[in-house]
Amino acid sequence: MITKILTKNFYKTIMLNREELKEIIGSLEPDATFSEGTQLLEVTVPAEKLYALAEKLKSDSRTAFDYMINHTAVDFVKNFTVVYHLESTEKRHLVVLKSVLEDRDNAKVDSLTALYPAVEYFEREVFDLFGIHYNNHPYLKRFYLEDGAGFPLRKDYRDEVNIIER
Amino acid sequence: MSEEIIKDVILGENEEYIVNMGPQHPSTHGVLRLEVCLKGETVKYLIPHIGYIHRGIEKMTEALTYPQIIHLTDRMDYLSAHMNNEAVCLVVEDAMQIEVTERVKYIRTILDELNRLASHQLWWSAFGMDLGALTTFFYGLRDREYILDIFEESFGSRLLHSFVMPGGLMHDIHPNFQKRTKEFITYFRKKLPEYDQLLTGNVIFHNRSKGIGYMSKETAIGYGVTGPSGRGSGFSCDIRKIAPYGAYDKVQFNEILETEGDTFARYKVRMREMWESLNIIEQLIDNIPEGDYTAKMKPIIKLPAGEYFRRVETARGELGVYVVSDGNKSPYRMRFRTPNFSNLFVMNEISQGCKIADLIAISGSLDLVIPDIDR
Repeated sequence: MITKILTKNFYKTIMLNREELKEIIGSLEPDATFSEGTQLLEVTVPAEKLYALAEKLKSDSRTAFDYMINHTAVDFVKNFTVVYHLESTEKRHLVVLKSVLEDRDNAKVDSLTALYPAVEYFEREVFDLFGIHYNNHPYLKRFYLEDGAGFPLRKDYRDEVNIIER
Repeated sequence: MSEEIIKDVILGENEEYIVNMGPQHPSTHGVLRLEVCLKGETVKYLIPHIGYIHRGIEKMTEALTYPQIIHLTDRMDYLSAHMNNEAVCLVVEDAMQIEVTERVKYIRTILDELNRLASHQLWWSAFGMDLGALTTFFYGLRDREYILDIFEESFGSRLLHSFVMPGGLMHDIHPNFQKRTKEFITYFRKKLPEYDQLLTGNVIFHNRSKGIGYMSKETAIGYGVTGPSGRGSGFSCDIRKIAPYGAYDKVQFNEILETEGDTFARYKVRMREMWESLNIIEQLIDNIPEGDYTAKMKPIIKLPAGEYFRRVETARGELGVYVVSDGNKSPYRMRFRTPNFSNLFVMNEISQGCKIADLIAISGSLDLVIPDIDR
């Protein structure tokens, strides 16, 4: 039986701040771009370099992002953006990984299941609701909906029976 | 006839078969179907099938305003309705840079903990019942009634109380709220040891729960198992400590951690969390500051364009709300990272090799609420 008592500022002493994280990620992946004025640090990388960067972020002892909080996608009509929220359980800093998929009809991105087991089911959900395919995914099948039901979270999805548009 | 043929064909010892558990099985606590592959009575693997009550909440939010969305979040994890409401409110307040009053923070924190208590009481009742101890159900529901009565008096509803609004609360608390909450704490401090006497020291219960469904810390982190289930494996994931919100930075409380990682450890975490919740409420209930119950809000809430992410600790783990706003009154995209979603999918990993009766104990100890998974 252990009880962990932490002071309010405990994590502030060991977590990296925004600038330090930016510098490390910039050195790990030169193609990464950073957005300004956002709530959390947002890193955008090309889709084909996503897996490599995630692998480095997980294994590098300075960053140690070992916990995938959340993965989802956003339909910006022109493109899809896949979003990953990562946290380090040791240092408690957060980063948002993003990748823009320009080809909407044939959207594809590498699966991160080998690195984070949790992301397998987030990816299945995104596949189900957005129709984004994941390379090397172990079990990419529809999740909530049936085959042929369309992809409801796309902005161009129309359902004349169940959705009333005002 | 050789021994192998007898084993294979006549006794069928190597035969594998698939059993569908659910979607109407009472111990899955909702409409969840587990496709379980069995060899004899031993689980080889299982595949959870969900989507029986998928309501498309994320799609619905794109057509609703933020105060309307509050009412949808109740319906995700209905046992921690208050924390779900608060998560959306925190996102909105963050984005609009509204500072809520101290009074609101205190009341929200008290309600969080009351709701956590009610949720853990129901979990304890149902968990005992899953393992065949029917008495726990009566004990748990008897005490939960006190909390629900307090809720009913203050907000008019017992389960889905959309009481928290962006900027504050829907209305002020009932004059009796403090008195009744204090009465409940005194009452429940006497009743909680009964829970231990009934179940915690029970030998049959130990045999059913100790060493069953072992989850290592690495598995918990990898699968994103948070809340009491994750803390039973030593994964420190209490958002109340990591990123305090409300009045959690003003109270003294401990993050409960157990390191055994089995069903009994997850049980112990929740039992100790109930004591901790009582402590938190006791520190706050007499010190609620005077002030407004809501900040000044515009009639139509529009978030500035951008992306926002906030997390709260619900009774089952970490709820994250991710909002992409384009400056309109409804979000462009809203995503709920619900705790039960991640907690469910670790089941395949931790239940391999256990007996089918232990599967009930494991799913009970993960404390699943299915509408939270389907959304």
